[in-house]
Amino acid sequence: MARTAVLGRLEWQLGSVAELVQETPRVASLLLDMPEWPGHLAGQHVDVRLTADDGYQAERSYSIASAPEDRRLAITVERLDDGEVSPYLVGEVRKGDKVELRGPIGGYFVWRGGDNRPLLLVAGGSGVVPLMAMIRHRSAIKSTTPTRLLYSSRSEEDIIYRAELEALSTAGDGLTVAHGLTRKQPPGWRGYARRIDRPMLEEVAWPKEQNPIFFVCGPTPLVEAVAGHLVDMGFEAPSIKTERFGPTGG
Amino acid sequence: MSFISRGFRGKRRDTASSSRLPPGQYVVNDFPVLSAGPTPRVSLSEWTFVVEGEIDEPKKWTWDEFRKLPAEEVTKDIHCVTKWTKLDTLWKGVSVDTILDGVETAAEFVMAFSYGGYTTNLPLEDLTGGKAWVAYEFDGQPLHPEHGGPARLLVPHLYFWKSAKWVRGLRLVKEDQPGFWESNGYNMYGDPWREQRYWGD
Repeated sequence: MARTAVLGRLEWQLGSVAELVQETPRVASLLLDMPEWPGHLAGQHVDVRLTADDGYQAERSYSIASAPEDRRLAITVERLDDGEVSPYLVGEVRKGDKVELRGPIGGYFVWRGGDNRPLLLVAGGSGVVPLMAMIRHRSAIKSTTPTRLLYSSRSEEDIIYRAELEALSTAGDGLTVAHGLTRKQPPGWRGYARRIDRPMLEEVAWPKEQNPIFFVCGPTPLVEAVAGHLVDMGFEAPSIKTERFGPTGG
Repeated sequence: MSFISRGFRGKRRDTASSSRLPPGQYVVNDFPVLSAGPTPRVSLSEWTFVVEGEIDEPKKWTWDEFRKLPAEEVTKDIHCVTKWTKLDTLWKGVSVDTILDGVETAAEFVMAFSYGGYTTNLPLEDLTGGKAWVAYEFDGQPLHPEHGGPARLLVPHLYFWKSAKWVRGLRLVKEDQPGFWESNGYNMYGDPWREQRYWGD
């Protein structure tokens, strides 16, 4: 669907903010009504363009958080204090505002569903966003592809989509979620309490014989470390797809 | 201006750098990393660089041979399709003019290919005439693997995905074929000043 949709030029479109969801103190989701959305694949992103009244413009890319099946297009944005676009999207934008964007973009870091290779999704911070699109897509198409999400956050309050992940992982359709908190853990925390390391990956990774696919998204040090460990563990490089959320991105 | 983002002012930049900023880009001071998979591990003892395809005798260098080629230091602005621009980056490497010196070819295009399987396509004329290098130093230091070391292509006048990391060779070809990102929605040419990010731009 999206493949044919992007053959022509990706035109700028106006979306209307139908709903704002404060996911964490720093992260919000914008649910947009897009009258002419061509559809997308789970894992793709959009470009957002802001225009000031004197014509000054700023553009940034954001991962799509919604499943292709969802009625509204969702992007989830982390507010960067020294950023230019994210403080507008998380803080200034109100319900009913219009946001200009074009997409969907990217044809590699995507999961289409439909095959049964088990998935290991590894996220750091807001890197969970495109992986959430895959998880939502998986649920929407009633896939039972064995799927594990290993999700590293700084503290409990920084976990994005926590309640929804909890609900989806207790649905009994083969999704499990393992959380790690790197900076601060609440009393009685039963998840991991350290950065993602090789022993952790060995605990959650599917056996090689099952030919798993990996999607890794987060800050560069996390992505480099995780992809490196997976190669060391004997997984084939082409099965490991990566995407990065650096300190820049504004 | 047809659409205005209510309440958006933006961070204004100084005019000195804004004239060097292609449309839709913003300046960063760090050096973000982008790649689609694990960073390939290439040992210098096994590293080679080849020129092949539409050429009578393929050319090949080992790392030691390549480092003996005349090198140039260049300072360039680089523009990533993900919107960041880094000004005044300092590189050292071998000009593609030097690499192709004496080569006779009917090819008009090049497929650059890399350790790890990455490819990207360019017109040959965008690699010659002092426009492109195979760079092995950044900022006076050996190029870090995250940024494409041991060596990467450097084609600063095009979006930076054309500057193939971990480059292993150039294949001279008659027909323009899409490389990795070009098969995944990104523009065949990628001129930042015309904002040719995606298919159809």
